[in-house]
Amino acid sequence: MTDLQNITGGEQAPVLTVQHLTVSVRTEGGLRPLVQDLSFTLNRGETLAIAGESGSGKSITSLAIMGLLPPPAVRITGGRIALGATDLAALPEAQMRKIRGDRVAMIFQEPMTSLNPVLTVGAQLTEAIRAHEPVSRAEAKARAIKALTAVRLSQPERRMTQFPHELSGGMRQRVMIAMALALRPEVLIADEPTTALDVTVQREVLDLLRDLQREMGTAIILITHDMGVVAEMADRVIVMKAGRMVEEAPVARLFTAPKADYTQKLLAAVPRMGGPDRPAPMAAPVASLRDVVVRFPIRGGMLSRVVQNVHAVEHVSFDIPQGQTFALVGESGCGKSTIAKALVGLAPHQGQITVAGQTVTETMPRALRAQVQMVFQDPMAALDPRMTVGDLIAEPLVIHGLPHARDRAADLMARVGLSKDQLDRYPHEFSGGQRQRICIARALALNPRLVIADESVSALDVSVQAQVLRLLQQLQDEMGMAYLFISHDMAVVDTIASRVAVMHLGQIVEMGTRAQVFGNPQHPYTQRLIEAVPQPDPTARRPPLPRLAGEVPSPLHPPGQGPARLRLIDRGAGHLVAEA
Amino acid sequence: MAEPSALRRLMARKMAVFGMVVIALVVVASALAPWIAPYAPEEQLFDGLTLEGAPLPPGGAFVMGTDLLGRDLFTRLLYGAQTSLIIGVLANGIALLIGTLVGIVAGFYRGWLGGLLMRFTDLMMAFPALLLAICLSAIFRPSLWIVALVIALVNWVQTARVIYTETTSLATRDFIAAERTLGAGNARILFRHILPHLVPTIIVWGTLGISTTVLLEATLSFLGVGVQPPTPSWGNIIFENQTYFQAAPWLVFIPGAAIIALALAFNLVGDALRDVLDPTQRGRD
Repeated sequence: MTDLQNITGGEQAPVLTVQHLTVSVRTEGGLRPLVQDLSFTLNRGETLAIAGESGSGKSITSLAIMGLLPPPAVRITGGRIALGATDLAALPEAQMRKIRGDRVAMIFQEPMTSLNPVLTVGAQLTEAIRAHEPVSRAEAKARAIKALTAVRLSQPERRMTQFPHELSGGMRQRVMIAMALALRPEVLIADEPTTALDVTVQREVLDLLRDLQREMGTAIILITHDMGVVAEMADRVIVMKAGRMVEEAPVARLFTAPKADYTQKLLAAVPRMGGPDRPAPMAAPVASLRDVVVRFPIRGGMLSRVVQNVHAVEHVSFDIPQGQTFALVGESGCGKSTIAKALVGLAPHQGQITVAGQTVTETMPRALRAQVQMVFQDPMAALDPRMTVGDLIAEPLVIHGLPHARDRAADLMARVGLSKDQLDRYPHEFSGGQRQRICIARALALNPRLVIADESVSALDVSVQAQVLRLLQQLQDEMGMAYLFISHDMAVVDTIASRVAVMHLGQIVEMGTRAQVFGNPQHPYTQRLIEAVPQPDPTARRPPLPRLAGEVPSPLHPPGQGPARLRLIDRGAGHLVAEA
Repeated sequence: MAEPSALRRLMARKMAVFGMVVIALVVVASALAPWIAPYAPEEQLFDGLTLEGAPLPPGGAFVMGTDLLGRDLFTRLLYGAQTSLIIGVLANGIALLIGTLVGIVAGFYRGWLGGLLMRFTDLMMAFPALLLAICLSAIFRPSLWIVALVIALVNWVQTARVIYTETTSLATRDFIAAERTLGAGNARILFRHILPHLVPTIIVWGTLGISTTVLLEATLSFLGVGVQPPTPSWGNIIFENQTYFQAAPWLVFIPGAAIIALALAFNLVGDALRDVLDPTQRGRD
């Protein structure tokens, strides 16, 4: 921080000054403020993080600066946003359009939806350049290639002719960054730029942003809910809650000595790697998988013959001990969710899966189905929106013909920390965390032996996440069921699991107790994953991670072929590691 | 916290009440036609035409004027309402039923059955509807009920397509997967979890179909394969008289307005019904 002030000069005029910004939405009851009296400055070459949970107004702030507030309901009702000498808050749309992209650029969370799917990457990049600068087509193309090279995309000429869906998520976000930085804006707003990306890709994108900032001196406003990303990237931090700034501090001070209660609570809720050791005694397995293979055929051609197979899960074997939490970690597409589906009989599999001694098939009897229940990632999607919460929780009891469904539902509500009075409400009347509690209550209704939590806390704010994790732990202590906890988030897994398996491309590369896998990772992929997790500690910033050579290998193989089978070797005390 | 009943909430909407009043008026008027109507529907009145043989404009002895054959338009409109309502509600109802059934089965079970049903639907869609209706009417002797059936057999196709697409997307939603993990069977998933979500679509297509149906019946009448003259229907009143539109515009305007009013009334009620039946819209009225 002090270094940076020396470089940029503390007295230099800020690039962007926001004074007493108030943004309101028009409702039937009058104007309701979404952001209230927010003031901050942004200096050249600086990264300012705006952190907060959902509904804190952080995204609204970025949209206000970009002049992209959804008209006519939401608008700026007070204050000014000064970019140099221009007040963006008072600028008419026609002039705002010239500034947008040229002087202030933005990258969004989901690169696939921000890119036009029917235009090539090259067409979109050159169009963006030519919209602001009167350059020839050839020159715009040359600059676009230069921008793609700058964001370290391999084969930039080929990327120019590709469509967004042909690129991976990380590559798409690089294209977005190239597009945003092609015109060398003074301010770059990054709204949750890495939230939708896998952790290793997130790390690469964050490294890239930092490098580009150093080269170009762009000021960055980083909007994020992830305190790890804040610690990794920011120079200064603004913490927001319910539309107001709660605290503003240099990053080091915010993490070492947070002043506001809310910041303290927020930081305390952040899941961290490493922590007190938990015993993982060997217990009898409640579920075991032996040599499980799941492949999805891709048909093509005139006769719709199988032309390729997606090798989602390849020869996976593990046991889930009774009453404990077994975690599957891995990046998207590694097959962890497919294992969950196979366990509940929603995906066809080869090999053997047994739960409580009985074999799981797609047509297994109802009584066996009751033994394995599932909690999904998005509680809103997993609850039928047209049913009351009471009916939803009672649903499994009714299906299995159990008596007193309604009373049991009320008990379950109380058990997960909700009130009985809320039984007649509909899912949309609850908050995200409450909805996940409802899903948990429903999963517990049949007293299952195994509950599968598939990314069940990933969509929740950190403070809510911590509460739900505590609830899961408490319910396990009381009721003694096992959890299969599936997550991409190492830190969350580290706080809840007793045993961990790391998956990569459908196979397990490392498995053991939590202490073995996270404390002493042996496989290079595991090491890479753990290394990539952003730490909520600004003093522990690490050097950029070397990039993996080439592209991510594909799980698609022609019939009769497949990936090489990894052999797991015991490195002592049940710590299994794949041969490299 | 007592929720007001669905009917209460429906009655709280002014537009819905307006729609219901219009529908009720049409129903009552058509049912009481023999008592309200000043003349018989097929009676050609001597003083219903001018001495030159032209129809009389509205006003005077005939409230809505007379048609080309000197019949009282008001009377024919009242009796025509019977035909049009039966066609509109019955034909449309059957069409919705077939369409929903085909769409939901094809969308939920997919596989060879779904493929077969949807290819058949595509075939029906590609086949000119009017030609089909003419063929069907030629095979069966046209009567009111046969015409309703013919129209239903032509009109179910769009509903089937829409319901099919909605069902396929609903079937892949997480809450359906969640139901399966709870052990719910196909019947329960179909009737408790998929069908309720299709109700809005069914209602909207149902109310939109009213006007299409009434007009298709008119087309068939015009071509001589619909409801046979002299039985009046709103559609065939328009078609009988459209050639004299410039000389006697009321003969097209008045039944036309009646069709529009009825279709609009159904749409208003349908929209309100859709919102009232959707629990996620609660508190947003």
